[in-house]
Amino acid sequence: MSRQTTQKIAFALITFAAIVVVVPIVLVVVYIVAQGIGAISWEFISGFPRSGMREGGILPAVIGTVLLTFGTAIVAIPLGVGAAIYLAEYARDNWLTRAIRLAIINLAGIPSVVYGLFGLGMFVLFLEFGTSIIAGSLTLGLMTLPVVISTAEEAILAVPQSFRVVSISLGGTKWQTIREVVLPQALPGIITGVILGLERAAGETAPILFTVAAFYLPRLPRSMFDQTMALPYHLYVISTQVPGMPARIQYGTALVLLVLVLSMNVVATIIRSYFRRKRQW
Amino acid sequence: MTTKTSKEKTAKKFNLVEFAIESLIRTAGISAIVFVAFIFGFLIKEGAPAFARVPLANLFGARWYPIFEIYGTLPLILGSLVVTLGAMVISLPLALATAVFIGEIAPDWAREVLKPLIEVLAGIPSVVLGFLGMVAIAPLVREHLGAPTGLTAFTGSLMLAYMALPTIISVAEDAIDAVPKDYRDAALALGATHWQTIWRVVIPAARSGIIIAVMLGIGRAIGETMTVMMVTGNAARLPLGLDAYFKPVRTMTATIAAEMGEVAQGSTHYHVLFAAGIILFLMTFIVNAIASIVVIRGGPRRGGRLMG
Repeated sequence: MSRQTTQKIAFALITFAAIVVVVPIVLVVVYIVAQGIGAISWEFISGFPRSGMREGGILPAVIGTVLLTFGTAIVAIPLGVGAAIYLAEYARDNWLTRAIRLAIINLAGIPSVVYGLFGLGMFVLFLEFGTSIIAGSLTLGLMTLPVVISTAEEAILAVPQSFRVVSISLGGTKWQTIREVVLPQALPGIITGVILGLERAAGETAPILFTVAAFYLPRLPRSMFDQTMALPYHLYVISTQVPGMPARIQYGTALVLLVLVLSMNVVATIIRSYFRRKRQW
Repeated sequence: MTTKTSKEKTAKKFNLVEFAIESLIRTAGISAIVFVAFIFGFLIKEGAPAFARVPLANLFGARWYPIFEIYGTLPLILGSLVVTLGAMVISLPLALATAVFIGEIAPDWAREVLKPLIEVLAGIPSVVLGFLGMVAIAPLVREHLGAPTGLTAFTGSLMLAYMALPTIISVAEDAIDAVPKDYRDAALALGATHWQTIWRVVIPAARSGIIIAVMLGIGRAIGETMTVMMVTGNAARLPLGLDAYFKPVRTMTATIAAEMGEVAQGSTHYHVLFAAGIILFLMTFIVNAIASIVVIRGGPRRGGRLMG
């Protein structure tokens, strides 16, 4: 077989593999949209579940997921961006820095259900928060941390060194340089990373199973020490735990969750490409 | 990053602010280590009593019947491994070929279509994929492969394979991208075809990055919970032989997720579930440690790009 024939066969196989990867992704999204769109109405989004969740809407689950996502942001942003600034601007090449990097890689690799166990052990039981929004937010926040750190660090490292040199030579201190020069330049990249991290947190089920999620709670949470329903867990419940559940409501819930999560993805992509074009360095 | 002389030039009144802020920022950095320690510490705290209360022969036995105080985790561990192995067999060829396609072969327009779509896949919540697996994939498996319910290890592997794809593709593609252009030029100049260049030069040069990609993919697959719980049927039996792929199986993650909500806090069953968490933590820790070693050998800069 000639080299050219080998190449043709290899490239054909590789292209075929790429198609096998992509087509199901499109099918999944199209299928959920097609099946779920019929269930979507104002009543569905803004109503409370009724008759054992077999009728009515999903408002408490939507609100719960929004609250948890905000809680996650409050935990993950200061810690994550702080750690990223440390690694990019302050850390020397020593054992401490290496230990921090190893810790971040391992945080990123810990299974989500293990975060759930940890949240149960530490926040729910040891700190006695109970199954609550605060326990769930802390658990999700820690899970999101590695994503925020690594993307924020990359954004900070991408700011050209000459920017820092100019600021320092004009008499700026290190922190002034970081606050006035580096962070504003790195902001779009940091925001993108934060949104992608929150996107993951919003769709997660396993970390909230034992820390916050309520099976059925047809009212809105009253404080951050209250339980709440959440969309991902609600979808799990109505697709496995409730017999005789109308498929319409299942697909509708899946669609709302998918739209919520993917719209965050779209926002992150838009911010990234907008600032990449605007950037002058 | 900045020069050391900046410290001397700094006006004195700023020093306290600088010091306070640097301390805060360093604390944020160090917190990553503290959290890993906390996570492991709390798993040990809640999981260790299981090793005291349940004899090891029981704990690593072949049967899991918590109601009868039989806590053999072997079927669960093997279940996790079987599903992960199946996922990798499906996922690796597809992911590596796609990474090569994006990095080396694809025209620009195809790259512009592929990359966002793969990001979409990474963003789809696992519970949505699990739901889809139940209502759409399981019936297909039942009809075409003759498995009685369609909820089988194979169904789980298939779903997991797609969930691991974005991780493997993006890390492997980064590795392929990082191969210097000189290498390709040299190979082409020697008369190699494009494919020979990819196969004999680019892929071997990107080897360490590809190993990292595979390791992260395996870690992702072992730890996945909701999809696996919803599509594998959750029968806790030893998965032995190839036909185990077409029977229900139960993983550690699914066991923890399904049973933790129903156990009494402080009971033996509760502690055993935490012990399963320890085993799971250690398995992913080993997989990640292998990746970390490769990362650190490849220089510190790569670490940041890993998890993006």
